[in-house]
Amino acid sequence: MLEGLMIGLSAAFSIQNLLMVVAGCLIGTFIGMLPGLGPMSIIAIMIPVAITIGDPSAAIILLAGVYYGAIFGGSTSSILLNAPGVAGTVATSFDGYPMARKGQAGKALTVAAIASFCGGTIGAVLLMVFAPMLSTVALLFHSAEYFALMVVGLSAIAAFAGTGNVAKAIVMTLLGLIMATVGEGALFNMPRFTMGLMDLQSGFSFITLAMAMFALPEALFLVLNPARSAQGGEGGKIENLRITREEGRKIAPVIGRQSVQGFFIGVLPGAGATIASFLGYAVERNIASKEEQEQFGKGAIKGLAAPETANNAACTGSFVPLLTLGIPGSGTTAILLGALIALNVTPGPRLMIDNPQIFWAVIVSMYIGNLVLLILNLPLIPCIAKILAIPRNYLIPFILFFTLMGSYIGQNNATELLILVGMGICATILRFADYPLAPLLIGFILGGMLEDNFSRSMQLYDGVGFIVDRPMTLGLLVIAILLVIVPSYRARRAKARAKGIADGD
Amino acid sequence: MTLDRWVAFVILCTALAYGYAAFFTMDGLLPPFIQRNPIWPSTFPKVLAVLTILTSLVILLGLEKGEDTDKEPDIDYRRLGDYNLTQALSLLVLMVAYALFLRPAGFLFSTFSFLALGAIVLGERKLHILLPVVAVASFVVWYLVDEVLGIFLRPWPFFI
Repeated sequence: MLEGLMIGLSAAFSIQNLLMVVAGCLIGTFIGMLPGLGPMSIIAIMIPVAITIGDPSAAIILLAGVYYGAIFGGSTSSILLNAPGVAGTVATSFDGYPMARKGQAGKALTVAAIASFCGGTIGAVLLMVFAPMLSTVALLFHSAEYFALMVVGLSAIAAFAGTGNVAKAIVMTLLGLIMATVGEGALFNMPRFTMGLMDLQSGFSFITLAMAMFALPEALFLVLNPARSAQGGEGGKIENLRITREEGRKIAPVIGRQSVQGFFIGVLPGAGATIASFLGYAVERNIASKEEQEQFGKGAIKGLAAPETANNAACTGSFVPLLTLGIPGSGTTAILLGALIALNVTPGPRLMIDNPQIFWAVIVSMYIGNLVLLILNLPLIPCIAKILAIPRNYLIPFILFFTLMGSYIGQNNATELLILVGMGICATILRFADYPLAPLLIGFILGGMLEDNFSRSMQLYDGVGFIVDRPMTLGLLVIAILLVIVPSYRARRAKARAKGIADGD
Repeated sequence: MTLDRWVAFVILCTALAYGYAAFFTMDGLLPPFIQRNPIWPSTFPKVLAVLTILTSLVILLGLEKGEDTDKEPDIDYRRLGDYNLTQALSLLVLMVAYALFLRPAGFLFSTFSFLALGAIVLGERKLHILLPVVAVASFVVWYLVDEVLGIFLRPWPFFI
């Protein structure tokens, strides 16, 4: 392993390659900030550039830099504007945006940068150590387990909602799943629920829905109630970047746990970073103390660190199946696979033997990429956070414009913009009625995969037999049910006990 | 009935319509070879429809007792008139107009008007600053997206 590391170091530490990392991180961060352009599209855009370089190690180092930069850039738009452009950063906005509104935008960005750095770096160490072993574990997961894993993810989300809101959260999740069934599914090749409209043929787009659920209602709220923007605005201490020692102590264990958990979820091919960030958030919320649980969703530093660490660790983890099996686990790694093949490198079990310099260059570039990202971005944070200091009269039209652009660029279809406005209005009404919007989006993101895996297991087992036949599936499903039932049962018992005391007096 | 129960009612109606489609109309066009599959395109929607109907009924009938939170809502929808409702509605109208004009009027013109009118609606009156800023911003965004990233956006109206 050490020998390999040396090969990687010698490959990565040339002037050219270091420049590649820096350039990639910068490009990724800035383009990633635009909602609507996630890592996947940015990497796709950068592929022609990477291929013209010619040297496969340099190309993949550039692309890895872009990848990390884009993930960090995506977190900034969720933190500052509540406009997550990528599914993996949706959980970041749960606590990141409230922090920014409390005037702690600088601190939130710093925590995000540090959490991403740790997640990515620890992930890279784990990748180096476990890559060969993990590829066999990833193969143990069949579609039945993926289905169960996603059900666990969804019920964990519904369980966040807290007492009194579980039914609402479940309804929203189900609505998200329903919206995901619109359009043509991969398995059946027939349009469903499109009502004959051509524009719905390919279903709703994720970006449009994310913008409509988060950014648009938020902007409308800012317009409706000017006092709201003043809450964090003028007093917004951008200088307040430092994390206190106490806060550091608080997030250190979170980062440690989530790096490992995120990495192992990321290894499973599927919705790596997204599931990892949601599960990370849910797990940390559930094991936090009672007072801290109250803080989640209102700007808890732990709630920000957990998903940020987990999604970066998972991104690193998603390289395991790519590099060892040649199976891309996510859209982004699929594009990277395409780039590698175009450069005449075939990832797979033979990669480590045939092209060790590439395998190790990737790993070393991960370390360097994370480090460069941290060094580049910490000084940039004050400038980025200044976005919030732009006068309201300018900021709000620009937020609205970027939501519109985000959904237009993806689809190049003006009808998408009308759908965006319509859904934005519905989302605002739902927010008035105190329905949580995040579960809807999560249901929508996981819906397609959930149904595909469910259908595949049904076909394999010719019925619902897979639930009983596969112990791991059954176990995961039991966990899912417990996640929903236990909190409301506990709440009911607590209430009954409280009532009992009151009666006793 | 409070707003959240009205919303639950609307969701219930949607789920009923969705369930009707899933249970009764969808399978009519199913080719015979798929009918032998253990899973049909309508299987998953059926499950979803039933679950949604049940949960929305739980909310509608108020079976789940929530904690009585006294927290001040961000915006109280019962007093919607007290807020800047006209501004919000005009911005929504502007967004719809933008969607309709983007193709025919070209990106630069539509974006310029949208940003400028949006700021004016919100009360910006320093036009000598606003207009140049907005003009530069529209051009920069167009340049970045169209020229640098290579995603086509038609800059000028259809007749140029």
